[in-house]
Amino acid sequence: MEGSTVTFKENVTRALADKPLQFAMTETGPRFIYKRTKAREALPEFDQLRDQSRDIKNHVLDYLDIYLERYEAKVQAAGGHVHWAADADEARAQILGICQRVNAKIVTKGKSMISEEIELNHHLEANGITPVETDLGEYLIQLRNERPSHIIAPAVHLTRDQVEADFRKAHTHLDPNRDLTEIPALVEEARTVLRQKYFAADVGVTGANFLVAETGTSIIVTNEGNGDLTQILPKVHIVIASIEKIVPTLEDAATILRVLARSATGQDFSNYTTLSTGPKREGDPDGPEEYHVVILDNGRSNVLGTEFQDMLRCIRCGACLNHCPVYQAVGGHAYGWVYPGPIGSVVTPALVGIENARHLPNASTFCGRCEEVCPMRIPLPKMLRHWREKEFERHLQPAAIRWGLKAWAFFARRPKLYHFATGLAARVLTNQGHGKGRLSRVPLASGWTQNRDFPAPQGKTFQQQWKERRK
Amino acid sequence: MPETSPRVGLFVTCLVDMMRPSVGFAAVKLLEDAGCTVEVPEAQTCCGQPAYNSGDKADAIALARNVIAAFRGFDHVVAPSGSCGGMIIKHYPELFEEGSVDHQAAVELSERTHELVSFLTRVMKVEKVDAAFPAKATYHDSCSGLRELGIRAEPRTLLASVAGVSLREMTDADVCCGFGGTFCVKYPDISDKMLEKKLKHIHATGADTLIAGDLGCLMNMAGKLKREGSPVQVRHIAEVLAGDRATPAIGEAE
Repeated sequence: MEGSTVTFKENVTRALADKPLQFAMTETGPRFIYKRTKAREALPEFDQLRDQSRDIKNHVLDYLDIYLERYEAKVQAAGGHVHWAADADEARAQILGICQRVNAKIVTKGKSMISEEIELNHHLEANGITPVETDLGEYLIQLRNERPSHIIAPAVHLTRDQVEADFRKAHTHLDPNRDLTEIPALVEEARTVLRQKYFAADVGVTGANFLVAETGTSIIVTNEGNGDLTQILPKVHIVIASIEKIVPTLEDAATILRVLARSATGQDFSNYTTLSTGPKREGDPDGPEEYHVVILDNGRSNVLGTEFQDMLRCIRCGACLNHCPVYQAVGGHAYGWVYPGPIGSVVTPALVGIENARHLPNASTFCGRCEEVCPMRIPLPKMLRHWREKEFERHLQPAAIRWGLKAWAFFARRPKLYHFATGLAARVLTNQGHGKGRLSRVPLASGWTQNRDFPAPQGKTFQQQWKERRK
Repeated sequence: MPETSPRVGLFVTCLVDMMRPSVGFAAVKLLEDAGCTVEVPEAQTCCGQPAYNSGDKADAIALARNVIAAFRGFDHVVAPSGSCGGMIIKHYPELFEEGSVDHQAAVELSERTHELVSFLTRVMKVEKVDAAFPAKATYHDSCSGLRELGIRAEPRTLLASVAGVSLREMTDADVCCGFGGTFCVKYPDISDKMLEKKLKHIHATGADTLIAGDLGCLMNMAGKLKREGSPVQVRHIAEVLAGDRATPAIGEAE
């Protein structure tokens, strides 16, 4: 599945014409916002916790190497194995290697954005292993061979009707006349189908919300409990996570957990917060016999120490997506890769190159709502602007835009010339308004006038009139 | 009101200068009514935000230097825009290296600069205006004014004091209208979708007048309202607070 960040504009056209998508977005968008607002209002220290969470991650990023090594040592002490992956290829090879060694046929998976980033499912399938997504949303998009359209709600773009149609197509062993009108019936069907897979799986793969350096623990949060079944039942548990998931202590994880679910779904806490440390010990009633952690870099360490470092504080709560009017207009697939929304527009250029993703940081009005709600206080508009600076430095913009800007700046830097030119332009545009007060077409501004009239100027500029009045 | 009359430099903004001077004159009236002496430096052009937001930092810096020089010596600098105000107040200091002379000058200007309505209420302690403007109005919070400068209650307070204005809140008054500077011409389809949602909320209030504090957003919203043939009148808040009923609303004929 190739990324389509380059064809962002075409993706947008498609998304805006996609009726089920537009319906789904209108249904769910406002709900996330309402729930987060309620959760925030109920916790007076919420903003203080955001500051603490930011500080914890800033500290980690300053000493990332030390904490990663400490974490590795603790995992090993608990009987687990740590694998370092520089890029997606290495991570895929390491995971496949483990699966092949234990002769795995079926791999169950908890929800993991890193798995999406390295396109693990396709790699396993290509090598004769069946991956089964156990998070309901991930299961739905797996059936459709799609990428997630939201970080925490991967199938938020789908309507109930689409899900019913997909289930009827996929679950052919069930009674074709069964009643799937209500959403609970769909959930129950997914539960029944997936339940059998948990017991058949040879390997369970989960992501991680946190890797705790002091204990070698990985933590996941889920609402369906699917992560627990994925990591406890198979003989082998593989955790895949990126380098910035580290926190120093369990206490630090607990602090950030207090803002995570509130920012994401408006819950005080997710239904399940699951900790795993190493394989099953003697006397443990359950747990895997082997415990592996694959830690992925994939370009993140290049960001350390740059003006983009703050993006690595992200805990993938999705609040910036929920509050972004651009994301809410076009949905997640338009962004063309794994991470959509404001944080995606910051992260994606770092991972796939700005030359392949130049539209993403530009497709923002800098309205600032993302930064306002980010639990980790990531200055998202500022990061987006930094990408535009990189783009400008490397002359990646269309020439017309670049020269238009340059021409504007040329005049604006010369006040006398500028006032002459604006006076002239105002007069021309006023005349073109023909006393109607607006223009339905303006040369070189079809982007404006395709959907809007252009309000005509009033006549003379303020500066001209001010001068005349003062005479 | 302070005992001596503060000397205020009006930062007209390029949009008001070229498109809608009546906003500038309304601002002058409001400032003078509040007891300020207003001057308009001729050397001002644009704050540089279009360059800054397009990644052209060099031109942004050059334009910022121009503004800094043009407004040296005023007690306060006031702009009838949260967006241009935000550029000077929040972003000028980011343009220069900390510790440099330029940075010091940018910080110093930033501390003296205000958006019009918040200047009237916060600095000049204006609680009401002496104006009449019959309107069933709804107010749109422009993003920069709201989120960069924290302006939310101030415009509503002053609007409530205008004789004849009855305010009705729209749903999502704080959500972007889809203008975003060059965004609206670079991504017109997304912009239009955002605008469509905004207009739905405006219409749902039953308001006959739409008010906001930034001309860019106003031209964007007025542009679509007029294209659709809507009778809703679109006004800059300065015009309403100054009681300027004579000037046709944005996008309307004489």
